[in-house]
Amino acid sequence: MSGNIKFYWLMGGVLGILILASLIGWILHLRVRTEQRRAIIENLNSRIRAWWVMVAVFAVAFGIGKTATLVLFGLMSFFALREFITLTPTRRGDHVPLFLSFFVLIPVQYLLIGDGWYGLFAVFIPVYAFLILPAVAALSADIDSFLERTTKIQWGVMITVFCVSHAAALLLLDIPGYNGQNALLIFYLVLIVQLSDVLQYVFGRLFGRTKVAPVVSPSKTLEGLVGGGVAATLIGAAMYWITPFSPLQALAMALVIVVMGFLGGLALSAVKRSMGVKDWGTMIEGHGGMLDRIDSLSFASPIFFHLTRYYFS
Amino acid sequence: MNPVSALLFGFTKALVGAHPRWQGAAPSSEQSVYFANHTSHVDTLAIWAALNPASRAKTRPVAAKDYWNKGPLRRYVALRGLNAVLIERHKENRVGDPLEPAIAALQQGDSLILFPEGTRGTERLPAAFRSGLYRLAELFPAVRLMPVYLENLNRAMPKGTHVPIPLICTVRFGAPLARIDAEPKEAFLERARAAVVALA
Repeated sequence: MSGNIKFYWLMGGVLGILILASLIGWILHLRVRTEQRRAIIENLNSRIRAWWVMVAVFAVAFGIGKTATLVLFGLMSFFALREFITLTPTRRGDHVPLFLSFFVLIPVQYLLIGDGWYGLFAVFIPVYAFLILPAVAALSADIDSFLERTTKIQWGVMITVFCVSHAAALLLLDIPGYNGQNALLIFYLVLIVQLSDVLQYVFGRLFGRTKVAPVVSPSKTLEGLVGGGVAATLIGAAMYWITPFSPLQALAMALVIVVMGFLGGLALSAVKRSMGVKDWGTMIEGHGGMLDRIDSLSFASPIFFHLTRYYFS
Repeated sequence: MNPVSALLFGFTKALVGAHPRWQGAAPSSEQSVYFANHTSHVDTLAIWAALNPASRAKTRPVAAKDYWNKGPLRRYVALRGLNAVLIERHKENRVGDPLEPAIAALQQGDSLILFPEGTRGTERLPAAFRSGLYRLAELFPAVRLMPVYLENLNRAMPKGTHVPIPLICTVRFGAPLARIDAEPKEAFLERARAAVVALA
Protein backbone atom coordinates (compact mmCIF):
# COMPACT_ATOMS: atom_id res chain seq x y z
CA MET A 1 0.00 0.00 0.00
CA SER A 2 1.34 3.46 -0.79
CA GLY A 3 1.59 6.19 1.82
CA ASN A 4 -1.39 8.08 0.42
CA ILE A 5 -3.72 5.11 0.46
CA LYS A 6 -2.71 4.33 4.06
CA PHE A 7 -3.37 7.96 4.98
CA TYR A 8 -6.89 7.82 3.51
CA TRP A 9 -7.69 4.55 5.29
CA LEU A 10 -6.39 6.01 8.53
CA MET A 11 -8.41 9.21 8.20
CA GLY A 12 -11.48 7.17 7.28
CA GLY A 13 -11.04 5.09 10.41
CA VAL A 14 -10.50 8.10 12.68
CA LEU A 15 -13.51 9.84 11.13
CA GLY A 16 -15.62 6.73 11.74
CA ILE A 17 -14.58 6.63 15.41
CA LEU A 18 -15.32 10.34 15.85
CA ILE A 19 -18.77 10.01 14.26
CA LEU A 20 -19.51 7.02 16.50
CA ALA A 21 -18.27 8.92 19.59
CA SER A 22 -20.38 11.97 18.71
CA LEU A 23 -23.46 9.75 18.24
CA ILE A 24 -22.91 8.08 21.61
CA GLY A 25 -22.37 11.47 23.24
CA TRP A 26 -25.59 12.77 21.69
CA ILE A 27 -27.64 9.75 22.82
CA LEU A 28 -26.21 10.01 26.36
CA HIS A 29 -27.06 13.72 26.34
CA LEU A 30 -30.71 12.91 25.46
CA ARG A 31 -31.02 10.18 28.09
CA VAL A 32 -29.28 11.84 31.04
CA ARG A 33 -31.48 12.55 34.08
CA THR A 34 -29.45 13.58 37.15
CA GLU A 35 -27.44 16.81 37.45
CA GLN A 36 -24.20 15.08 38.43
CA ARG A 37 -24.38 12.78 35.40
CA ARG A 38 -25.18 15.74 33.16
CA ALA A 39 -21.91 17.42 34.12
CA ILE A 40 -19.95 14.26 33.23
CA ILE A 41 -21.72 13.90 29.86
CA GLU A 42 -21.19 17.61 29.07
CA ASN A 43 -17.48 17.22 29.80
CA LEU A 44 -17.40 14.14 27.56
CA ASN A 45 -19.15 15.96 24.73
CA SER A 46 -16.88 18.98 24.91
CA ARG A 47 -13.91 16.59 24.79
CA ILE A 48 -15.36 14.96 21.67
CA ARG A 49 -15.90 18.37 20.04
CA ALA A 50 -12.30 19.31 20.83
CA TRP A 51 -11.24 16.02 19.25
CA TRP A 52 -12.90 16.97 15.97
CA VAL A 53 -10.93 20.21 15.93
CA MET A 54 -7.63 18.52 16.83
CA VAL A 55 -8.05 15.82 14.17
CA ALA A 56 -8.98 18.44 11.56
CA VAL A 57 -5.90 20.51 12.39
CA PHE A 58 -3.62 17.47 12.16
CA ALA A 59 -5.18 16.21 8.94
CA VAL A 60 -4.82 19.59 7.24
CA ALA A 61 -1.21 20.01 8.41
CA PHE A 62 -0.23 16.54 7.22
CA GLY A 63 -2.11 17.04 3.97
CA ILE A 64 -0.18 20.25 3.22
CA GLY A 65 3.17 18.68 4.03
CA LYS A 66 6.38 18.96 6.00
CA THR A 67 6.45 22.74 6.55
CA ALA A 68 2.89 22.80 7.86
CA THR A 69 3.63 19.87 10.18
CA LEU A 70 6.69 21.65 11.60
CA VAL A 71 4.69 24.86 12.08
CA LEU A 72 1.96 22.90 13.85
CA PHE A 73 4.38 21.29 16.31
CA GLY A 74 6.21 24.62 16.73
CA LEU A 75 2.91 26.23 17.76
CA MET A 76 2.19 23.36 20.15
CA SER A 77 5.58 23.96 21.79
CA PHE A 78 4.92 27.70 21.89
CA PHE A 79 1.54 27.43 23.62
CA ALA A 80 2.73 24.69 25.98
CA LEU A 81 5.76 26.75 27.03
CA ARG A 82 3.49 29.79 27.47
CA GLU A 83 1.36 27.78 29.91
CA PHE A 84 4.40 26.47 31.74
CA ILE A 85 5.97 29.92 32.17
CA THR A 86 2.65 31.48 33.20
CA LEU A 87 2.54 29.20 36.24
CA THR A 88 6.26 29.54 36.99
CA PRO A 89 7.29 32.41 39.24
CA THR A 90 9.79 34.29 37.08
CA ARG A 91 11.29 37.71 37.69
CA ARG A 92 12.25 40.76 35.71
CA GLY A 93 15.78 39.29 35.32
CA ASP A 94 14.37 36.34 33.33
CA HIS A 95 12.93 38.53 30.61
CA VAL A 96 15.72 38.10 28.07
CA PRO A 97 16.21 34.33 28.58
CA LEU A 98 12.45 33.88 28.24
CA PHE A 99 12.33 35.98 25.11
CA LEU A 100 15.13 33.86 23.64
CA SER A 101 13.32 30.65 24.61
CA PHE A 102 10.13 31.62 22.81
CA PHE A 103 11.44 33.45 19.79
CA VAL A 104 14.84 31.84 19.13
CA LEU A 105 14.89 28.33 20.62
CA ILE A 106 11.52 27.22 19.28
CA PRO A 107 12.04 28.39 15.67
CA VAL A 108 15.64 27.13 15.54
CA GLN A 109 14.78 23.72 16.97
CA TYR A 110 12.12 23.16 14.30
CA LEU A 111 14.21 24.71 11.52
CA LEU A 112 16.92 22.17 12.34
CA ILE A 113 14.39 19.40 11.71
CA GLY A 114 13.35 21.06 8.45
CA ASP A 115 17.00 21.32 7.49
CA GLY A 116 17.67 17.68 8.41
CA TRP A 117 20.59 18.59 10.70
CA TYR A 118 20.19 15.79 13.24
CA GLY A 119 23.52 16.36 15.02
CA LEU A 120 22.70 19.91 16.10
CA PHE A 121 19.02 19.14 16.67
CA ALA A 122 19.97 16.56 19.31
CA VAL A 123 22.27 18.86 21.32
CA PHE A 124 20.96 22.36 20.62
CA ILE A 125 18.77 22.60 23.74
CA PRO A 126 20.48 20.18 26.17
CA VAL A 127 23.93 21.70 25.52
CA TYR A 128 23.78 25.17 23.96
CA ALA A 129 20.56 26.49 25.50
CA PHE A 130 21.46 24.83 28.80
CA LEU A 131 24.62 26.94 29.02
CA ILE A 132 23.55 30.15 27.32
CA LEU A 133 20.21 30.77 29.08
CA PRO A 134 21.59 30.94 32.65
CA ALA A 135 24.53 33.01 31.43
CA VAL A 136 22.16 35.56 29.91
CA ALA A 137 20.05 35.54 33.08
CA ALA A 138 23.16 36.19 35.15
CA LEU A 139 23.84 39.34 33.13
CA SER A 140 20.72 40.88 34.65
CA ALA A 141 22.46 40.72 38.06
CA ASP A 142 19.33 39.46 39.82
CA ILE A 143 20.50 36.65 42.14
CA ASP A 144 17.27 36.21 44.07
CA SER A 145 16.45 32.43 43.80
CA PHE A 146 18.65 32.31 40.72
CA LEU A 147 19.07 28.54 40.64
CA GLU A 148 15.34 27.87 41.10
CA ARG A 149 14.37 30.30 38.36
CA THR A 150 16.97 28.99 35.93
CA THR A 151 16.06 25.37 36.65
CA LYS A 152 12.38 25.98 36.05
CA ILE A 153 12.97 27.67 32.72
CA GLN A 154 15.31 24.84 31.66
CA TRP A 155 12.73 22.28 32.63
CA GLY A 156 9.95 24.02 30.75
CA VAL A 157 12.07 24.31 27.62
CA MET A 158 13.18 20.67 27.79
CA ILE A 159 9.64 19.34 28.12
CA THR A 160 7.72 21.65 25.82
CA VAL A 161 10.31 22.27 23.11
CA PHE A 162 13.01 19.60 23.15
CA CYS A 163 10.82 16.60 23.98
CA VAL A 164 7.80 17.61 21.89
CA SER A 165 10.00 18.37 18.87
CA HIS A 166 11.00 14.69 18.77
CA ALA A 167 7.55 13.81 17.46
CA ALA A 168 8.08 16.10 14.46
CA ALA A 169 11.68 14.84 14.17
CA LEU A 170 10.35 11.47 13.02
CA LEU A 171 10.29 13.23 9.62
CA LEU A 172 14.12 13.22 9.76
CA LEU A 173 14.50 9.45 9.80
CA ASP A 174 15.54 7.56 6.72
CA ILE A 175 13.76 4.22 7.08
CA PRO A 176 14.44 1.67 4.29
CA GLY A 177 11.26 0.78 2.37
CA TYR A 178 9.27 3.54 4.09
CA ASN A 179 10.24 6.57 1.98
CA GLY A 180 7.89 9.54 2.09
CA GLN A 181 5.65 7.93 4.71
CA ASN A 182 7.26 9.27 7.90
CA ALA A 183 4.29 11.56 8.58
CA LEU A 184 2.28 8.38 9.19
CA LEU A 185 4.69 7.52 11.99
CA ILE A 186 3.92 10.86 13.69
CA PHE A 187 0.24 10.11 13.30
CA TYR A 188 0.81 6.65 14.80
CA LEU A 189 2.64 8.07 17.82
CA VAL A 190 0.08 10.80 18.48
CA LEU A 191 -2.84 8.43 17.96
CA ILE A 192 -1.54 5.79 20.40
CA VAL A 193 -0.66 8.40 23.04
CA GLN A 194 -4.07 10.03 22.82
CA LEU A 195 -6.03 6.77 22.57
CA SER A 196 -4.18 5.53 25.63
CA ASP A 197 -5.20 8.69 27.53
CA VAL A 198 -8.83 8.42 26.41
CA LEU A 199 -9.12 4.69 27.03
CA GLN A 200 -7.54 5.01 30.48
CA TYR A 201 -10.12 7.70 31.24
CA VAL A 202 -12.99 5.55 29.94
CA PHE A 203 -11.85 2.34 31.67
CA GLY A 204 -11.18 4.32 34.84
CA ARG A 205 -14.71 5.80 34.77
CA LEU A 206 -16.30 2.40 34.15
CA PHE A 207 -14.28 0.06 36.36
CA GLY A 208 -11.97 2.30 38.40
CA ARG A 209 -11.63 1.20 42.04
CA THR A 210 -7.98 1.27 43.09
CA LYS A 211 -6.14 4.59 42.95
CA VAL A 212 -2.54 4.31 41.79
CA ALA A 213 -1.36 7.81 42.69
CA PRO A 214 -3.94 9.40 45.02
CA VAL A 215 -1.71 12.36 45.86
CA VAL A 216 -0.31 13.19 42.45
CA SER A 217 -3.17 12.29 40.13
CA PRO A 218 -6.37 11.26 41.93
CA SER A 219 -8.21 10.32 38.73
CA LYS A 220 -5.70 7.63 37.73
CA THR A 221 -6.82 4.14 38.70
CA LEU A 222 -5.16 0.75 38.34
CA GLU A 223 -8.18 -0.59 36.42
CA GLY A 224 -8.08 2.39 34.04
CA LEU A 225 -4.35 2.12 33.60
CA VAL A 226 -4.32 -1.61 32.85
CA GLY A 227 -7.55 -1.72 30.83
CA GLY A 228 -6.81 1.41 28.82
CA GLY A 229 -3.13 0.59 28.45
CA VAL A 230 -3.75 -2.96 27.21
CA ALA A 231 -6.47 -1.77 24.81
CA ALA A 232 -4.25 0.99 23.39
CA THR A 233 -1.33 -1.43 23.03
CA LEU A 234 -3.49 -3.93 21.14
CA ILE A 235 -4.82 -1.19 18.84
CA GLY A 236 -1.19 -0.14 18.28
CA ALA A 237 -0.30 -3.70 17.27
CA ALA A 238 -3.30 -3.90 14.95
CA MET A 239 -2.16 -0.67 13.24
CA TYR A 240 1.24 -2.13 12.28
CA TRP A 241 0.36 -1.72 8.58
CA ILE A 242 0.85 2.06 8.67
CA THR A 243 4.29 1.67 10.31
CA PRO A 244 7.58 0.08 9.20
CA PHE A 245 7.16 -2.44 12.06
CA SER A 246 5.99 -6.06 12.09
CA PRO A 247 2.85 -6.75 14.19
CA LEU A 248 4.97 -7.93 17.14
CA GLN A 249 7.32 -4.96 16.88
CA ALA A 250 4.32 -2.62 16.69
CA LEU A 251 2.97 -4.23 19.86
CA ALA A 252 6.26 -3.57 21.69
CA MET A 253 6.46 0.01 20.38
CA ALA A 254 2.87 0.74 21.38
CA LEU A 255 3.57 -0.65 24.84
CA VAL A 256 6.59 1.66 25.20
CA ILE A 257 4.46 4.63 24.06
CA VAL A 258 1.69 3.75 26.53
CA VAL A 259 4.09 3.32 29.47
CA MET A 260 6.06 6.49 28.74
CA GLY A 261 2.82 8.39 28.20
CA PHE A 262 1.55 7.27 31.59
CA LEU A 263 4.82 8.28 33.28
CA GLY A 264 4.70 11.66 31.53
CA GLY A 265 1.18 12.32 32.72
CA LEU A 266 2.21 11.37 36.24
CA ALA A 267 5.41 13.45 36.37
CA LEU A 268 3.83 16.56 34.86
CA SER A 269 0.83 16.18 37.14
CA ALA A 270 3.25 16.31 40.09
CA VAL A 271 4.86 19.46 38.64
CA LYS A 272 1.45 21.02 38.11
CA ARG A 273 0.30 20.26 41.63
CA SER A 274 3.51 21.58 43.11
CA MET A 275 2.53 24.84 41.44
CA GLY A 276 -0.88 24.60 43.09
CA VAL A 277 -3.18 24.08 40.09
CA LYS A 278 -5.23 21.27 38.58
CA ASP A 279 -5.07 22.20 34.90
CA TRP A 280 -2.31 23.93 32.97
CA GLY A 281 -4.69 26.25 31.17
CA THR A 282 -8.03 26.67 29.50
CA MET A 283 -7.03 26.59 25.87
CA ILE A 284 -8.79 23.41 24.72
CA GLU A 285 -12.40 23.14 25.89
CA GLY A 286 -12.92 20.19 28.25
CA HIS A 287 -9.23 19.27 28.19
CA GLY A 288 -7.60 21.95 30.31
CA GLY A 289 -4.61 23.47 28.54
CA MET A 290 -2.29 22.50 25.72
CA LEU A 291 0.13 20.94 28.20
CA ASP A 292 -2.62 18.80 29.71
CA ARG A 293 -3.07 17.29 26.26
CA ILE A 294 0.57 16.77 25.36
CA ASP A 295 2.12 15.83 28.72
CA SER A 296 2.12 12.14 27.73
CA LEU A 297 3.35 12.96 24.23
CA SER A 298 6.35 14.86 25.59
CA PHE A 299 7.59 11.78 27.46
CA ALA A 300 6.74 9.23 24.75
CA SER A 301 8.18 11.14 21.76
CA PRO A 302 11.95 11.10 22.47
CA ILE A 303 11.93 7.40 23.45
CA PHE A 304 9.84 6.38 20.45
CA PHE A 305 12.06 8.50 18.20
CA HIS A 306 15.30 6.98 19.45
CA LEU A 307 14.03 3.37 19.39
CA THR A 308 12.86 3.85 15.81
CA ARG A 309 16.08 5.57 14.84
CA TYR A 310 18.26 2.92 16.44
CA TYR A 311 16.49 -0.20 15.21
CA PHE A 312 14.85 0.83 11.94
CA SER A 313 16.87 3.50 10.16
CA MET B 1 -12.83 44.66 11.84
CA ASN B 2 -10.30 46.20 9.47
CA PRO B 3 -7.15 44.19 8.62
CA VAL B 4 -4.90 46.19 10.98
CA SER B 5 -7.27 45.62 13.90
CA ALA B 6 -7.60 41.93 13.03
CA LEU B 7 -3.80 41.59 13.00
CA LEU B 8 -3.49 43.35 16.37
CA PHE B 9 -6.23 41.16 17.78
CA GLY B 10 -4.54 37.93 16.63
CA PHE B 11 -1.16 39.13 17.88
CA THR B 12 -2.59 39.96 21.32
CA LYS B 13 -4.42 36.64 21.66
CA ALA B 14 -1.36 34.58 20.65
CA LEU B 15 0.92 36.55 22.92
CA VAL B 16 -0.99 37.13 26.14
CA GLY B 17 -4.29 35.29 25.74
CA ALA B 18 -6.23 38.23 27.27
CA HIS B 19 -8.96 35.98 28.66
CA PRO B 20 -11.87 37.99 30.04
CA ARG B 21 -13.31 37.20 33.48
CA TRP B 22 -16.55 39.03 34.09
CA GLN B 23 -16.60 38.98 37.87
CA GLY B 24 -19.00 41.80 38.68
CA ALA B 25 -21.14 42.31 35.60
CA ALA B 26 -22.24 40.49 32.48
CA PRO B 27 -20.54 41.51 29.22
CA SER B 28 -22.61 44.28 27.66
CA SER B 29 -22.07 46.89 24.98
CA GLU B 30 -23.48 49.67 27.18
CA GLN B 31 -21.41 52.88 26.99
CA SER B 32 -18.62 52.56 29.56
CA VAL B 33 -15.33 53.94 30.75
CA TYR B 34 -13.04 50.97 31.48
CA PHE B 35 -10.30 51.99 33.93
CA ALA B 36 -7.42 49.69 34.84
CA ASN B 37 -4.00 49.31 36.42
CA HIS B 38 -1.19 50.07 33.98
CA THR B 39 2.08 48.12 33.84
CA SER B 40 2.90 47.46 30.18
CA HIS B 41 2.52 48.61 26.60
CA VAL B 42 0.32 45.57 25.93
CA ASP B 43 -2.34 46.66 28.49
CA THR B 44 -4.49 48.62 26.04
CA LEU B 45 -4.49 45.77 23.54
CA ALA B 46 -5.33 43.25 26.26
CA ILE B 47 -8.48 45.05 27.46
CA TRP B 48 -9.53 45.81 23.92
CA ALA B 49 -9.10 42.17 22.87
CA ALA B 50 -10.94 40.89 25.94
CA LEU B 51 -14.14 42.84 25.15
CA ASN B 52 -16.89 41.15 23.16
CA PRO B 53 -16.87 42.13 19.44
CA ALA B 54 -19.86 44.48 19.67
CA SER B 55 -18.35 46.61 22.45
CA ARG B 56 -14.84 46.38 20.98
CA ALA B 57 -16.01 48.16 17.83
CA LYS B 58 -17.24 51.10 19.93
CA THR B 59 -14.43 51.20 22.52
CA ARG B 60 -11.46 53.53 22.09
CA PRO B 61 -8.30 53.57 24.22
CA VAL B 62 -7.13 56.86 25.67
CA ALA B 63 -3.41 56.98 24.93
CA ALA B 64 -0.48 59.32 25.46
CA LYS B 65 0.15 61.53 22.46
CA ASP B 66 3.89 61.84 23.21
CA TYR B 67 4.29 58.06 22.83
CA TRP B 68 1.75 57.08 20.18
CA ASN B 69 2.21 60.07 17.90
CA LYS B 70 5.94 59.36 17.55
CA GLY B 71 6.78 57.83 14.17
CA PRO B 72 4.42 56.74 11.40
CA LEU B 73 4.10 53.11 12.53
CA ARG B 74 2.94 53.92 16.07
CA ARG B 75 0.55 56.58 14.81
CA TYR B 76 -0.85 54.16 12.24
CA VAL B 77 -1.36 51.41 14.83
CA ALA B 78 -2.94 53.81 17.33
CA LEU B 79 -5.28 55.57 14.95
CA ARG B 80 -6.11 52.97 12.31
CA GLY B 81 -5.75 49.79 14.39
CA LEU B 82 -7.19 50.92 17.72
CA ASN B 83 -9.02 54.14 16.88
CA ALA B 84 -7.26 55.66 19.91
CA VAL B 85 -8.03 59.01 21.55
CA LEU B 86 -4.66 60.76 21.89
CA ILE B 87 -4.13 62.96 24.95
CA GLU B 88 -1.35 65.49 25.57
CA ARG B 89 0.39 64.59 28.87
CA HIS B 90 2.93 67.40 29.07
CA LYS B 91 1.67 70.71 30.47
CA GLU B 92 3.97 72.86 28.32
CA ASN B 93 2.49 71.51 25.04
CA ARG B 94 -1.11 71.86 26.07
CA VAL B 95 -3.54 74.12 24.28
CA GLY B 96 -6.89 74.25 26.07
CA ASP B 97 -8.40 71.31 27.94
CA PRO B 98 -6.25 68.16 27.60
CA LEU B 99 -9.31 65.96 28.13
CA GLU B 100 -11.15 67.57 25.19
CA PRO B 101 -10.67 64.58 22.78
CA ALA B 102 -11.91 62.11 25.42
CA ILE B 103 -14.97 64.26 26.16
CA ALA B 104 -15.74 64.48 22.45
CA ALA B 105 -15.51 60.70 22.15
CA LEU B 106 -17.93 60.15 25.03
CA GLN B 107 -20.32 62.73 23.55
CA GLN B 108 -20.32 60.68 20.33
CA GLY B 109 -21.40 57.63 22.32
CA ASP B 110 -18.05 55.82 22.26
CA SER B 111 -16.69 53.87 25.21
CA LEU B 112 -13.18 54.53 26.55
CA ILE B 113 -10.26 52.56 27.98
CA LEU B 114 -8.41 54.69 30.52
CA PHE B 115 -5.38 54.21 32.75
CA PRO B 116 -5.95 56.71 35.56
CA GLU B 117 -2.41 56.36 36.95
CA GLY B 118 -1.30 58.29 33.88
CA THR B 119 1.85 56.24 33.47
CA ARG B 120 3.05 52.65 33.71
CA GLY B 121 4.01 51.33 37.14
CA THR B 122 6.31 48.50 38.13
CA GLU B 123 4.12 47.08 40.90
CA ARG B 124 1.31 44.56 40.78
CA LEU B 125 -1.11 47.03 42.35
CA PRO B 126 -1.88 50.48 40.90
CA ALA B 127 -0.50 53.77 42.28
CA ALA B 128 -2.73 56.76 43.12
CA PHE B 129 -5.19 57.80 40.38
CA ARG B 130 -5.03 61.15 38.62
CA SER B 131 -8.08 63.35 38.32
CA GLY B 132 -9.05 62.71 34.66
CA LEU B 133 -11.39 59.86 35.59
CA TYR B 134 -13.14 62.07 38.15
CA ARG B 135 -13.80 64.83 35.62
CA LEU B 136 -15.17 62.43 33.02
CA ALA B 137 -17.39 60.81 35.66
CA GLU B 138 -18.75 64.26 36.64
CA LEU B 139 -19.46 65.26 33.06
CA PHE B 140 -21.09 61.95 32.08
CA PRO B 141 -23.17 60.70 35.02
CA ALA B 142 -24.97 58.09 32.89
CA VAL B 143 -21.85 56.33 31.58
CA ARG B 144 -20.95 53.04 33.29
CA LEU B 145 -17.62 53.15 35.17
CA MET B 146 -16.02 49.72 34.90
CA PRO B 147 -13.02 48.78 37.08
CA VAL B 148 -10.65 46.36 35.34
CA TYR B 149 -7.68 44.50 36.77
CA LEU B 150 -4.97 43.24 34.41
CA GLU B 151 -3.25 40.19 35.82
CA ASN B 152 0.23 39.07 34.79
CA LEU B 153 0.82 41.83 32.24
CA ASN B 154 3.49 43.31 34.52
CA ARG B 155 5.37 40.05 33.87
CA ALA B 156 4.70 39.96 30.11
CA MET B 157 6.36 43.29 29.38
CA PRO B 158 7.70 45.02 32.50
CA LYS B 159 8.59 48.69 32.37
CA GLY B 160 12.04 49.10 30.87
CA THR B 161 11.83 46.11 28.51
CA HIS B 162 11.29 46.59 24.81
CA VAL B 163 9.76 43.30 23.76
CA PRO B 164 6.91 41.29 25.27
CA ILE B 165 7.16 37.63 26.23
CA PRO B 166 4.19 35.27 25.84
CA LEU B 167 2.28 34.67 29.08
CA ILE B 168 -1.36 33.91 29.71
CA CYS B 169 -2.93 37.08 31.12
CA THR B 170 -6.42 37.56 32.43
CA VAL B 171 -8.56 40.68 32.23
CA ARG B 172 -10.90 40.91 35.22
CA PHE B 173 -13.97 43.11 34.93
CA GLY B 174 -15.57 44.14 38.22
CA ALA B 175 -19.00 45.52 39.09
CA PRO B 176 -19.75 49.04 37.77
CA LEU B 177 -18.64 51.72 40.24
CA ALA B 178 -21.64 53.17 42.13
CA ARG B 179 -22.23 56.94 41.85
CA ILE B 180 -22.34 58.94 45.08
CA ASP B 181 -23.78 62.47 44.94
CA ALA B 182 -21.39 65.32 45.76
CA GLU B 183 -18.54 62.95 46.56
CA PRO B 184 -15.22 64.82 46.97
CA LYS B 185 -12.62 64.19 44.26
CA GLU B 186 -10.07 62.43 46.49
CA ALA B 187 -12.67 60.09 47.97
CA PHE B 188 -13.94 59.19 44.49
CA LEU B 189 -10.47 58.51 43.13
CA GLU B 190 -9.54 56.38 46.12
CA ARG B 191 -12.78 54.42 45.83
CA ALA B 192 -12.13 53.85 42.11
CA ARG B 193 -8.61 52.64 42.84
CA ALA B 194 -9.89 50.34 45.60
CA ALA B 195 -12.35 48.82 43.09
CA VAL B 196 -9.42 47.85 40.84
CA VAL B 197 -7.35 46.57 43.77
CA ALA B 198 -10.29 44.46 44.97
CA LEU B 199 -10.10 42.48 41.72
CA ALA B 200 -6.41 41.65 42.18
